[in-house]
Amino acid sequence: MSTVKKNISEVDGATIRFAGDSGDGMQLTGSQFSDNTAIFGNDLATLPDFPAEIRAPKGSLAGVSSFQLQFSNKDIHTPGDDLDVLVAMNPAGLKVHLGELKDNGMLIINTANFTSKNIKLAGYDDNPLDGNSLDGYQVIKVDMTKLVATALEDLGLSSKLKARSTNMFALGLLYWLYGRSLDSSINFIQKKFAKAPDIVEANLKALNSGYYYGETLEVIKTTYRVNKAKFEKGKYRNIMGNNALALGLLTAAQRSGLDLYYGGYPITPASDILHYLAQYKSFGVKTFQAEDEIAGVVSAIGAAFAGNLAITATSGPGVALKSEALGLAVITELPLVLVNVQRGGPSTGLPTKTEQSDLNQAIYGRNGEAPMVVLAAATPSDCFMMAYESCRIALKYMIPVILLSDGYIGNGSEPWKIPDVNTLPEMETRIYKKKEGYAPYNHGNPDLARPWALPGTPGMEHRIGGLEKWEETGHVSYDPENHQRMVELRQNKIDIIARDIAPAKPFGKESGDLLVIGWGGTHGAIRSAVETAQDEGMSVSHLHLRHLNPFPKNLGEILVKFQKVMIAELNLGQLSTIIRSKFLVDAVGLNKIQGKPFTQTEVYNEITKLVKGA
Amino acid sequence: MATENTQTLTRQDFVSDQDVRWCPGCGDYAILSQVQKLFPTLGIPKENFLIISGIGCSSRFPYYMDTYGFHSIHGRAPALASGAKIANPDLSVWVATGDGDAMSIGGNHFIHVLRRNIDMNILMFNNRIYGLTKGQYSPTSEVGKITKSTPMGSLDYPFNPPQLALGASGTFIARTIDREQKHMGPILEEAHKHKGTSFVEIYQNCNIFNDGAFSDLTEKETKAETQLVLEQGEPMIFGAEKNKGLILDGSNFKVVKLGSHYNADDILKHDKEDKNLAMLLSEITYNPELPVPIGILYQETKSTYDDMMTNQIEEAKQKNEADLEKLFSGTNSWVVD
Ligand SMILES: Cc1ncc(C[n+]2csc(CCOP(=O)(O)OP(=O)(O)O)c2C)c(N)n1
Ligand code: SF4
Ligand SMILES: [Mg+2]
Repeated sequence: MSTVKKNISEVDGATIRFAGDSGDGMQLTGSQFSDNTAIFGNDLATLPDFPAEIRAPKGSLAGVSSFQLQFSNKDIHTPGDDLDVLVAMNPAGLKVHLGELKDNGMLIINTANFTSKNIKLAGYDDNPLDGNSLDGYQVIKVDMTKLVATALEDLGLSSKLKARSTNMFALGLLYWLYGRSLDSSINFIQKKFAKAPDIVEANLKALNSGYYYGETLEVIKTTYRVNKAKFEKGKYRNIMGNNALALGLLTAAQRSGLDLYYGGYPITPASDILHYLAQYKSFGVKTFQAEDEIAGVVSAIGAAFAGNLAITATSGPGVALKSEALGLAVITELPLVLVNVQRGGPSTGLPTKTEQSDLNQAIYGRNGEAPMVVLAAATPSDCFMMAYESCRIALKYMIPVILLSDGYIGNGSEPWKIPDVNTLPEMETRIYKKKEGYAPYNHGNPDLARPWALPGTPGMEHRIGGLEKWEETGHVSYDPENHQRMVELRQNKIDIIARDIAPAKPFGKESGDLLVIGWGGTHGAIRSAVETAQDEGMSVSHLHLRHLNPFPKNLGEILVKFQKVMIAELNLGQLSTIIRSKFLVDAVGLNKIQGKPFTQTEVYNEITKLVKGA
Repeated sequence: MATENTQTLTRQDFVSDQDVRWCPGCGDYAILSQVQKLFPTLGIPKENFLIISGIGCSSRFPYYMDTYGFHSIHGRAPALASGAKIANPDLSVWVATGDGDAMSIGGNHFIHVLRRNIDMNILMFNNRIYGLTKGQYSPTSEVGKITKSTPMGSLDYPFNPPQLALGASGTFIARTIDREQKHMGPILEEAHKHKGTSFVEIYQNCNIFNDGAFSDLTEKETKAETQLVLEQGEPMIFGAEKNKGLILDGSNFKVVKLGSHYNADDILKHDKEDKNLAMLLSEITYNPELPVPIGILYQETKSTYDDMMTNQIEEAKQKNEADLEKLFSGTNSWVVD
């Protein structure tokens, strides 16, 4: 066979998705392509999506696992809306995802899995590869499984094991399609399977055969190049939100000179934070996998009392269990950070899907007047800074903090500019060792922080607990006026923090027709939509809130400068309700609650409607 | 870690400035008094004691001790204590809890702390009633207990705390009685000395809502017949005349009379390291035919969670340098210049 000459087309970017059965290795394939893309120098954003069941019935629609990414030579914010390329490893993957493939988009299919059984399982009456239902796409049919089996003929592996390398064939083919080097994946395979040389060989062979298949055969006539994006100078890596979050917590501990204590109970999609922290033992990190979420947070409160930087992470159902203990942290005024990587609710809800429906729970979800600081990370890499910021506030003000993330940014990844640790904000603690004049509930400082006297410090023995405290002494008190004072003091502590957080600054003009407000993981879709609208001359700005309690001090001033305010969130309007009641603005909601992030088109369409009144 | 400080400590050093608010006559006073007497003798600096409780009459305990203390939420004291001990292994951590606090709402934390064997001492004040909420039956109340919430008698079978602790792999399981001050002191001291989770069940009279729950065991006229005081290596003999003992009949205890048929050598000797024996001893709490054992039912030497965690961290520190920048970079970083 001679190499066929092909066209190379330069494009600004692409959105591709790998889809197949849970057992097809789509998550690995996608993350490999992402790392390769990052190293190559494109900007990128990813969207992994997998079923809640570890082994959903093979071939079923419920068992489809997919990984989408957008990469570009420009600054991008989302994993993309419609697909340029869909790789479908089985009929179910095709059925679930075909709707999002652009007209004339490329559809790469592993025909081996289009057996009559799988076709039925996917709910097709007839084989979709026959007939004309796929007209209008560039369909590339490849029997990947068979080609891999042939390439691995000489290896003494079972056919089952051989078939497991098929995803590497698809990966190799996509590398070829975008003119990529295979190096990053070769390194990865060699490291990952170092203990099983024949598996290394099988995967490398499959990867190569995918690549050569593209190069040698005439089926794909055009390949694509996406040039490097312009990044600020610096060192970068591709990072997932949960990983960035764990690093932010660790960095806060290191900078404050405290040991990090993590108490928690596994729950999707927050478990990875525990997994990462458990790897940081050489930094003195202590991770405690508790018997339940209650023990997780309560043990963290114990660790905070004893002087550690105390963390717990969970998702909505876990926060529900922790609520009583959060009240204890509020009344004992201990530094504590609770991370909620949100998922679809209520109850067990949609464990592996994203949602922003726990804002009310974070702000209001405790008995009594029990305000907590609430922050939200906007993107995967922002999880680092917001974790750090959460710890900073908790320690400086002696207060529990809730940090909201979500499944979308927790599992999604993007390039992260690695920070210079020394330029991060200072960490301040309230550790107190002076016996004279010590009173456990002395709030005589502008930050209203009480002193942190750690067990083991001579002469400062004291008792705290969940009963109302007398100001100063911290003794139990049922005095009516004192209770009012303490309730107000705990609220004042929150209000005071507004002085110490970055003022809100809209992206775009400071006034205009429309302000789009968002919080948390919707940042990318909103930003992209607003950019497009701005390019088209619409008078629209984007304000993304990272501090939800307290709000930035200047929020009210900004709101009145716009004709209309739209609040986009993945719930039925939780932030809208708060902002409407607090600032009496007639904000319009854009709400979606499908377990999926906004597409930029959805946000864009709503912007157009509000600006143009169409 | 004994400092000069510790030698001069007295009981008074552990008395806090708070008025004790238990009902007059409550058994909790006796426990407080024994702990205040014990602490200055342990050679531990005062600032290293930490007492943690849940919610209940018994859980007011930390307020009355002039040490570091934490009155937490209902049932959660073992979890809070676990975090504190892991955070600072130098502390001497004590948990004060009730039968409702530890066995009902906090049952999960109770079994898991025992399983992990985190070094702390759990004193469970068992009055077989919910005191603070004014007298509902508890998970240790006997079947048929008539209370406000069970006017026709409670239906559920009680937990036997030492047995639950044994089932949860407890490594130090003991029982004592509020009225037996001379017995309680040494038991608390042994609990302190034990490395790992020490569980001490203290029978405590709630004279308001469950008065006399243990009177058989504490009244002069009956106690010799109803108490079996366990001593390591000693035969299990009881009775006013010291003329009764326990032997094994198959795999059950049987009470025999010393005299013509049996002498002291025939009687079972207590071995606190024998888990099977401990299982039998912990079983007999509610059996009117048999005496109620007090003392150390079981003790076992086992690595503690907190020590093992410290070791893992040391090992990790030896193996890997703590280099934040390296960690940030990961395996796939690139430079833009
Ligand atoms: C979450 C919660 N549920 C219920 C209560 C009410 N409550 C307080 S103490 C208690 C029972 C205490 O019984 P026990 O632990 O035996 O302690 P005692 O008062 O007998 O010493 C209950 C039900 C509470 N404080 N918190
Ligand atoms: S109610 Fe019972 S347990 Fe509580 S203080 Fe009074 S006597 Fe003691
Ligand atoms: Mg009780």
